[in-house]
Amino acid sequence: MKILNEMKLIIPARSENEAFSRSAISVFITPLDPTINELSDIRTAVSEAVTNAIVHGYRKSEGKIEITARILENNEVYIRIKDKGCGIEDVKQAMEPLFTTAPEEERSGLGFAVMENFMDKLKVTSRLGKGTSVIMRKVLGKDENE
Amino acid sequence: MPVLINAKKDRLVAFLSGEIDHHSAKEIRSEIDISIVKNAPSLLEMDFSGVSFMDSSGIGLVMGRCKSMNACGGRVIVKNVSPEIQKVMLLSGLDRIVTISNSSLQKGV
Repeated sequence: MKILNEMKLIIPARSENEAFSRSAISVFITPLDPTINELSDIRTAVSEAVTNAIVHGYRKSEGKIEITARILENNEVYIRIKDKGCGIEDVKQAMEPLFTTAPEEERSGLGFAVMENFMDKLKVTSRLGKGTSVIMRKVLGKDENE
Repeated sequence: MPVLINAKKDRLVAFLSGEIDHHSAKEIRSEIDISIVKNAPSLLEMDFSGVSFMDSSGIGLVMGRCKSMNACGGRVIVKNVSPEIQKVMLLSGLDRIVTISNSSLQKGV
């Protein structure tokens, strides 16, 4: 599929960058004229993925998060959030709603459920010790009858 | 300041504002917890009218306060939630645990 625009952002995995990364994505997709709903869905999903990288991926180490966003044909937004952190042992289990490895920090275990529900497509790949990549896609402009 | 707290008798009202995420939730959590310990209220109202964004960190925040309020026989009410934030709350099933009362907003989900 043709890439109409693309951006890449590399940021340290620090919690103050959660707000920055979702704002950056908001601005990047502005030309698509998203509805309030669509914008909120994407901002929330990005926030969840970036938070996961910070809280889980780099739980015991420091590192960088790489965010790639693309605007594709047919009003589709592609977002990839990648870390080189500890990786996820069992992706299927991690994606189960309410599963969390950080209850003491009041993590609700809903990050992946939000990403799955708020975006059209979600793909998570991970290798232990190598890192995790989250790819999300959403087609904008089909919101009217929701 | 992401949270302003108003204590009236045994009722605590927490006016949250700005964006609630993993970063800001920590401070909000500790501010509210300090007031809970100090005032021992029977009702905690969390007012979301000033909140422009919330991800699942906000769910953890509300559920955590619920736990501490329930432990001493109190309860939590969530108020003035925007449709976008309500969507996150409904997805989490938070509405089954706390009362979500929206005076001015009609849910359009």
